[in-house]
Amino acid sequence: MSATDDGMSYLQSLPRRVVTLYVPLAVFLIVLLFPFYWMVITSLKPDAELLAADGNPFWVVAPTLAHFRKLLFDTAYPRWMWNTLQVSVISTFLSLAASVLAAYAIERLRMRGSRTLGICVFLAYLVPPSILFIPLAAITFQLGIFDTRFALIVTYPTFLIPFCTWLLMGYFRSIPFELEECALIDGASRWQILVKIILPLAVPGLISAGIFAFTLSWNEFLYALTFISASENKTVPVGVITELVEGDVYHWGALMAGALMGSLPVAVLYAFFVEHYVAGMTGAVKE
Amino acid sequence: MAVSLPGALLARWCLVRLRRGEPAGGASNSSGSTPRAGPEGGRGARRSMASVELRQVRKQYGQTSVIHGVDVGVRDGEFAVLVGPSGCGKSTLLRMIAGLEEISSGEILIGDRVVNRVPPKDRDIAMVFQNYALYPHMSVFDNMAFSLRLAGRPREDIQRRVEEAARVLGLGEYLQRYPRQLSGGQRQRVAMGRAIVRAPQVFLFDEPLSNLDARLRVQMRTEIRELHQRLRTTSVYVTHDQIEAMTMADRIVVMNLGRVEQSGAPLELYDEPANVFVAGFIGSPAMNFLPARLRRTPDGVEAVLGDALGLPLEGCELPDGSALTLGVRPEHFVIGSGAGLPAQVLGVEPTGADTQIFCRVCGTPVTVISRERHRFEPGGMIRLTPLPGKTYLFDAAGGQRIPTRDPRRG
Repeated sequence: MSATDDGMSYLQSLPRRVVTLYVPLAVFLIVLLFPFYWMVITSLKPDAELLAADGNPFWVVAPTLAHFRKLLFDTAYPRWMWNTLQVSVISTFLSLAASVLAAYAIERLRMRGSRTLGICVFLAYLVPPSILFIPLAAITFQLGIFDTRFALIVTYPTFLIPFCTWLLMGYFRSIPFELEECALIDGASRWQILVKIILPLAVPGLISAGIFAFTLSWNEFLYALTFISASENKTVPVGVITELVEGDVYHWGALMAGALMGSLPVAVLYAFFVEHYVAGMTGAVKE
Repeated sequence: MAVSLPGALLARWCLVRLRRGEPAGGASNSSGSTPRAGPEGGRGARRSMASVELRQVRKQYGQTSVIHGVDVGVRDGEFAVLVGPSGCGKSTLLRMIAGLEEISSGEILIGDRVVNRVPPKDRDIAMVFQNYALYPHMSVFDNMAFSLRLAGRPREDIQRRVEEAARVLGLGEYLQRYPRQLSGGQRQRVAMGRAIVRAPQVFLFDEPLSNLDARLRVQMRTEIRELHQRLRTTSVYVTHDQIEAMTMADRIVVMNLGRVEQSGAPLELYDEPANVFVAGFIGSPAMNFLPARLRRTPDGVEAVLGDALGLPLEGCELPDGSALTLGVRPEHFVIGSGAGLPAQVLGVEPTGADTQIFCRVCGTPVTVISRERHRFEPGGMIRLTPLPGKTYLFDAAGGQRIPTRDPRRG
């Protein structure tokens, strides 16, 4: 939520004639933010108010933190949070490291078949996880890491690496060739060029790729659901769904509290890097 | 300080040390790679010969051949300019010298060493790129220090070299700025500073001035030339601008379609072009070319333009009726009213110092430059006579110059 607040604040300084912009923007905002609002009020409503047929469903009369208390102390929610964080951070960094090397090699080393390789990497991203999870489950089982966090840490890169590679290839392409040639003449090796020239210039691209990768692994559901069964190894999206829905009983308050807290780290991350993120998606390297 | 005489002398002395790859402070060189000469050693104490020689160099991309066997020799300390229209292969050639492009066949020598398989960083060259290629995330100081740091030079040595180069180039106060905070001319200087701190054997320039505006270009032209006069480092400079070539070069290499058309001193090319291409490329406005025909008469041989004018030739071996091209520089016409080629005036452009007259002779557009201030009306007729002894004859088919004896020398 804070991401949207920060990002939109620049509108306040715009001249009045632009006020016409606010109407469509407001519609947009309502559509985007309503789920958040719904999560917030649902998580604060006591059960009686939640299930009442009368009264205003868009407001909360007697807010309570009972659902949060239940979530934090009666379930393994903190543990799920920690798992999700670990899995997301590690798989993001693994994927970034691999993608930087792959993207640089495909884009700049002019090897035979690098274009084909680039397209193959993209095609790999298009294979739906709902097909891939079956062979991946078999592999993780044989590796003996089924039902551990490692199962997720090694499988998430299968969709993160193609994605990040593709994104970084585009970014590397925008860095002028001459810089590398100049560095080559200046006496730098390929590795030094990558570390001292390309990576510092690609920071916005790395940040966007990193944020995307982190978000994708944070929200990942299918692999987490199929590869993990022990409660203490679950991630937030899976844990909330599997442990807070008992048969046909939905613990709506706790569910929404879990979803709300689960979406906060990503929101904070976006807010923190929003400028780099935009630059990474739109900008080339300016000399 | 920079303008005072001691300051200038110090800078010059430092540069003498710089190009020998020594620290300028007077302390003994820790890397010890080069034998030291006295600070006054001057030109005699150069560290090594650094000529550049290309022998039958070819370049092919798959089936397409872009450089067809080029031989170029650049002597030690010479400022050579590769000039030609875009796509003639001059930049490719430079990049091959730098090691950024592979050579399909032939040999490239820097000094006495064949460098065909030597990677760019080991060729002891520095290159200035057209778009400067400054590292955007590094300050001016870091840009200039980058290669020295990679070479593992001691910190004080780097500091000294960069500061001295900055002083010479007038960049002293910009060392902490970033490239984006500099003007075009300053960026150009940083790019040159980055090259000179390394004191390489050879400087390579790839159209370094084409991104600057016209005034700055003229100024930087002079600066680069001055710098070369001070450093005397062998330089290879690529440009498409023949004025740059004429004003800067010790030697011009004119290239066209992947071949060397001619190479020589600027005025040599101007006075004695080997073929139509060089004649038309060197000189501004360009040389005029008129179709002519060879005629043998009992009295001798002459070149006939249209039906009107016969120019006597001597020592020409071609058969009667051969098609010729007559070349006349714009300044080598005499404007008269009696004899001469009839020319229809198309336009007149006075520039103050002289007047350019555009006209049509025998259906061919011709430019004439006259020192006098003419007031011709467009559409009027004038008579043009080429100055005797100032015409060039070319074989119309092959474009090669036909040697004719100069009547001036009898």
